[in-house]
Amino acid sequence: MRSTVTAPVLFLVAAGILPAAAQTPDDPQLVRAAVLRVDQPALPPISRLEVAPEDLGFAGARLAIEDNDTTGRFMGQDFDAVEVTATPETASAELDAILAQDIRFVVLLADDATTLALADQAGDRALIFNAAARGDALRGADCRANLIHTAPSHAMLADGLAQFLMWKRWPRWLLVHGSHPEDIALADAYRRAAAKFGAKIVEEREFEDTGGARRTDSGHVQVQQQLPVFTQRAPDYDIMITADEHGVFADWMPYHTWDARLVAGSSGLVPRSWHPALEAWGATQFQNRFEKLNERNIREEDYQAWVALRMVGEAATQTRSADPDTLMQFMLSEDFQVAGFKGQKLTLRDWDHQLRQPILLTTGLVTTSVSPQDQYLHQVTALDTLGTDRPESACKF
Amino acid sequence: MKHALAILLLTIAATPALAAKVYVSNEKGNDVTVIDGDTFEVLGTYPVGNRPRGITISPDGKELYVCASDDDLVRVFDPETMQEIHTLPSGPDPELFVLHPSGNPLYIANEDDNLVTVVDTQTHRMLAEIPVGVEPEGMGVSPDGKVVINTSETTNMAHFIDAETFEIFANVLVDSRPRFAEFNHDGSKLFVSAEIGGTVTVIDPASQEIAKVISFDIPGVLPEAIQPVGVRVTADGKKVFVALGPANRVAVIDGESLEVTDYILVGQRVWQLAFTPDEKHLYTTNGNSNDVTVIDVATNTALRSIPVGQQPWGVVVAPN
Repeated sequence: MRSTVTAPVLFLVAAGILPAAAQTPDDPQLVRAAVLRVDQPALPPISRLEVAPEDLGFAGARLAIEDNDTTGRFMGQDFDAVEVTATPETASAELDAILAQDIRFVVLLADDATTLALADQAGDRALIFNAAARGDALRGADCRANLIHTAPSHAMLADGLAQFLMWKRWPRWLLVHGSHPEDIALADAYRRAAAKFGAKIVEEREFEDTGGARRTDSGHVQVQQQLPVFTQRAPDYDIMITADEHGVFADWMPYHTWDARLVAGSSGLVPRSWHPALEAWGATQFQNRFEKLNERNIREEDYQAWVALRMVGEAATQTRSADPDTLMQFMLSEDFQVAGFKGQKLTLRDWDHQLRQPILLTTGLVTTSVSPQDQYLHQVTALDTLGTDRPESACKF
Repeated sequence: MKHALAILLLTIAATPALAAKVYVSNEKGNDVTVIDGDTFEVLGTYPVGNRPRGITISPDGKELYVCASDDDLVRVFDPETMQEIHTLPSGPDPELFVLHPSGNPLYIANEDDNLVTVVDTQTHRMLAEIPVGVEPEGMGVSPDGKVVINTSETTNMAHFIDAETFEIFANVLVDSRPRFAEFNHDGSKLFVSAEIGGTVTVIDPASQEIAKVISFDIPGVLPEAIQPVGVRVTADGKKVFVALGPANRVAVIDGESLEVTDYILVGQRVWQLAFTPDEKHLYTTNGNSNDVTVIDVATNTALRSIPVGQQPWGVVVAPN
């Protein structure tokens, strides 16, 4: 039975003279975190609407800290998060600097390899929240006990899309993937999803990244000639699945295919952790708060960073503790859950530390559907129909 | 003759101009659907401002209050004509509110701003802004009018507010995303629903101790779909009705034993509930099927569905 928290709030709080059960008024519990973003050099995206904002990820973290602090006023808890950007070369030193401040919770936005290296570097000194990398190996053979994934995995995204396509009875897929290792890995996830849900990949094609000018004036002219040729003479298919993690070709694919076919995956109908148009499940309020604070629309990285720090906040509220070990233990326990505006509680898989979450299927301006689809049942939770389930996991902590 | 006419006029004045009219706010339709509670006919649909959600009516039945969330104010209508009488300052993004049993003041949850705003319904002045947790929504008031409850959806607390000093004197942690707070009529129990937690917490208001956490289990319905929102208790305290959101059911709980006794199938995504004054019927708003279900309170059965506007959110029945 939970007891009452009595708090002489109101104006005392505004003055910073803090309250609550276990603490003395001038001794709020401080929970510190860091957000580390490792930026890879990259070409600008195909669409200028997709240019990454300077505060990518940090903006979500700022909202989480605000949310945590509002609750913290009633609990005698105070939260903060330092924001650090790094290059692949400086990331290791920046992580050391964070750990030297005795910060035990680090939200990391980096690629798969960097995420793994930094998790190993942190070891038992910090709990790392992976808020960006989507590779399945990071949750499988390369999993780490000090690594929690708030970003959905390739397998979860592919399964979320596959369930919807099977519900639509569009089981024949033409799979087009890029030439980067991440594209190959994502293509693997689609092959796995096809086998899992009974779809058939009628043919695979690789779109090689030859480093062409994607956004020059002639870009669309060339594309209009090249893509129909690239996609012609395919076996009959229902929908094209694109696997293009680096944004090389997929955005050009809709309407440029030889056959009049729909496109999904990296463009068209895109599986995501979050979308700024989502309105259901209280999301409107969440979007409003984010936009008011940051003066832009939210991105997936922001949502994933927000969830990570909300997990820390929720653990601190529920355990009434700021002790990192207590919080970590609670987050990994069966009792832990966090609300994330996706219509159901989000919990952690104990076998690979992946956050269970619904996958939004979005088409530009709207949320077209949300998986898991109702027709896919599971003995534990329908969310475990998405991604790598316990018996299939290659993860050993 | 003159005498008889006077009596007749008196009778007309004292009675049912509104005979159990039901008012439903349509969040996406920006209007209110008015239903005749006797014939179940839709009498009309009236524009009420942008994103209407919370809806309530004064104890004398003369003023209908609507939270126009995207207009950042409360609009007040003549329930008879549905003409706007005036507006009340509400603070930003008013979602849900509760009237003091005397009809004044109005306590409003400002969802985007982590505040509860208190407004005098007579002078139309703002009396106080009370900082609460993240995303305040649920608002309840004790039958004696001394305690106001606010639930904050992301902070996951029920805040106990002194109705006169406007100070928070207790906070009770409940399960995820508390949406609604409702006292029983003798004030001995407070029911707080948790949408994501899937539970209803019963709190002893005197000690602020948790008496029981009620969970729900419906054969053939995924546990994730059970999302409690609106709660109503009969005047005799014997039955508690809980709207279960996308489970498309209303749960019936025994007010004494606090055990679930029944589930009533209603429309899709059921959120808010309102009794008729005689407690014969209970109306439910079904946001995804764009209708309301009328439940027979005595038998726990759904009598009929009535199509309303786009995404019905809140419902209130005229007291006279």
